[in-house]
Amino acid sequence: MSSQTIFYKTPKDLPREEWFASGHRLCAGCGAGIAARLVFKAIRGPTVVVNPTGCVEVSTSCYPYTAWKIPYVHVAFENAAAVASGVVEAMKILNKKRGKKIHDVIVFAGDGGTFDIGLQALSGALERGHNLLYICYDNEAYMNTGIQRSGATPIGAATTTSPAGKVIPGKQERKKDLIAIAVAHKIPYAATASISHPLDLVNKVRKALEIEGPKVMHIFSPCVPGWRYPPSETVRIARLAVETRYFPVYEVEYGKVKINIRVKEPKPLEEFLKVQGRFSHLFRPENAHVLEALKKAVEENWERLVKLEESGITL
Amino acid sequence: MNMARQAQERIAIMGDEAVALAVKQSNVDVIAAYPITPQTIIVERLSEYVANGELDAAFIQAESEHSALSICVGASLAGARVFTSTASQGLALMHEIVYAASSMRVPMVMAIANRSLNAPLNIHCEHGDVMPERDSGWVHLFATNVQEAYDLTFIAFKLSEHPDVQLPVSVNLDAFILTHSVEPLTPISDEDASKFLPPRQPLYSIDFDNPATFGTMALPDTYMEFKYQLKEAAERAGQVYPEVAEEYARISGRRYWYFNSYMADDADAIVLVLGSTYGTLKTAARRLRESGLKVGIVGLTMFRPFPEKQLVELLKNAKSLIVMDRAYSYGGLGGPLYMEILAMLYRNGLRIPVMNVVYGLGGRDFRLDEAEAVLRMAFDGARRGRFDEHVRWWEVRA
Amino acid sequence: MSAKRIVEPVIKGQFTYKDLPIAAMIPVPATSLEYKTGVWRTRQPKIDHGKCIKCLLCWVFCPDAAIKRLEDDSVKVDYEYCKGCGVCETVCPVKAISMEEV
Repeated sequence: MSSQTIFYKTPKDLPREEWFASGHRLCAGCGAGIAARLVFKAIRGPTVVVNPTGCVEVSTSCYPYTAWKIPYVHVAFENAAAVASGVVEAMKILNKKRGKKIHDVIVFAGDGGTFDIGLQALSGALERGHNLLYICYDNEAYMNTGIQRSGATPIGAATTTSPAGKVIPGKQERKKDLIAIAVAHKIPYAATASISHPLDLVNKVRKALEIEGPKVMHIFSPCVPGWRYPPSETVRIARLAVETRYFPVYEVEYGKVKINIRVKEPKPLEEFLKVQGRFSHLFRPENAHVLEALKKAVEENWERLVKLEESGITL
Repeated sequence: MNMARQAQERIAIMGDEAVALAVKQSNVDVIAAYPITPQTIIVERLSEYVANGELDAAFIQAESEHSALSICVGASLAGARVFTSTASQGLALMHEIVYAASSMRVPMVMAIANRSLNAPLNIHCEHGDVMPERDSGWVHLFATNVQEAYDLTFIAFKLSEHPDVQLPVSVNLDAFILTHSVEPLTPISDEDASKFLPPRQPLYSIDFDNPATFGTMALPDTYMEFKYQLKEAAERAGQVYPEVAEEYARISGRRYWYFNSYMADDADAIVLVLGSTYGTLKTAARRLRESGLKVGIVGLTMFRPFPEKQLVELLKNAKSLIVMDRAYSYGGLGGPLYMEILAMLYRNGLRIPVMNVVYGLGGRDFRLDEAEAVLRMAFDGARRGRFDEHVRWWEVRA
Repeated sequence: MSAKRIVEPVIKGQFTYKDLPIAAMIPVPATSLEYKTGVWRTRQPKIDHGKCIKCLLCWVFCPDAAIKRLEDDSVKVDYEYCKGCGVCETVCPVKAISMEEV
């Protein structure tokens, strides 16, 4: 199975079926909503989604309304990977014993349910090697409960539990590297994607589904109220994240890094930051050191990926 | 060991091994567990059965108990017959999902090797681990010996999957006293087990051709009605239990009821207990009866749902009761079983003198002579028409 | 069973615990279609079909699937669900969509 196979060449190739229906209660312009629509355009047959507590869960499965046309399971906040493991293994054994139809299992989890409280379950599932696709839609904070900081919040960002204060100007810690954590489990495939590049995203989802074993995808999903910008700008901001190298788009296949979108001349990071209220305090002179720290983190991350790709090292 | 041929022949087996044997014969589909003393033998035997091809099931060692139970919920929703096992800290860690499992009406069986909760850290027998789970809506069954631990496992699967029940069921066995004791067991044959437990037919499951949304959020406008469903289901489990037990009696020759009792029908003084201490009390009670003291004992098999009607019927003519608890509600009126019995007596208009004996916490041994002393104390209470204290912590150095 | 049978008793508050599906599961897909999120918006998109090149980007990017893709790959706004976010206007490469006040 060539890693060059493209399933969807143009938007016209995307299936018409909406497995993720209208009428859900995600905010107008929600990046996670775009991510969900795109991901579930790429399913290839019977599929079940496992969704931990978060924005998508409360907005798409509040009794009596469900936005899902495929089977859907929510149990708790930190255990999506574990619940999905159970679904995968049950289907496998029931298929063997009683011919039950195997379903693709996709976890669709926020950074809240992945980076911190959900990390143990994810690690366990990856180590056990279950055949599932774990997709993290990353809006860089615990948005559902009111924009509190998460392990995915970047350095300098203001959240409600890392506010831009007079003494502490925003989050002082760096963002965790989810793909590095995933790849440390020696899984066959991990990738990042941005909602601003939909064809790259859907092709990766489909490609991942075709691979046997645990796969992880990290999708950049801007948040209107959390990042503080007008609803129409969601896709533009996601594109700026890629174009400034803030969010690199790459794959790691069997430990080998491949950068998919080579940003040759990155736009200055300020272009990405200035359109979001959560970074506005970084433009005050007294916080220049935090802005520098964020820029440095972005640069280091990019350099590291370039070096990994060039060296051909197997992670 | 070829169980099919040796059916109805007694074997000597450890409690944990007996549970594993029953799970194997129950043709489970998915086992997900995390090891914790003294349940470890259960999961080790099961992984051996699977590794040797004797049991066609997925065996998953989860990375924690919380994930183990979560795996079970996912597997059960996919339509599998599911088993897990834990004790003490593990059960406490699972607590969040224990409630999710019953509230999502997910059939499964969990064997709990009842052990004390940290702190202090202690690996020995106590019921303090399962008591915090009594409000969850799970059916809780208690074994008094290895045979019961084995039999109740089959009954648990059948009850759990019954269309009128659809609730997870726990089978409780005392840490070390039952888990690690070798006792005689008369197993049922593999054939009888498969007749009693044919492959699971889920009422609803993950199915792309009939897509459903499981685990929704419910707002104040509907939440209470969903919990009322749980209340009704928990109570219905008590009504369905006798028919399940009856069917099991037909294949095994052993009949289970809401409780075991010995000489309680005409007793003046009755001692109530959960778990293996029943056996000790029975020997003591027999001796005292021989010397003319009209004492009796009751060991609850079903703790949840609470068999109020049947217990009232049995206890109503007693002149005194001692409720023994191997757990405690710190800051409360006494041990959990004692508080339940008090409430039961009061609302049924029974003003029988009751005393709570809290014993055996952290696995402290409860000897035969102590059992006799408790029975004598109960009899004394019947004779005087009262007890001098509500709660006594037995033989504590206070 | 239809989505209306699931949704209406709750909206009207006319049900008992027996009428509800077990454990709050929803046995019918996409009952959210009964909830018309169109009432949320304060602006709405208008498509100039003369300019539209049928690139389908607006259909791809709408978080609410409120831009419908028709048989001939032309697009149409589903005003029942459109929340008026304006993403479609920003992604259209030929400026065929304009957001207007409601």
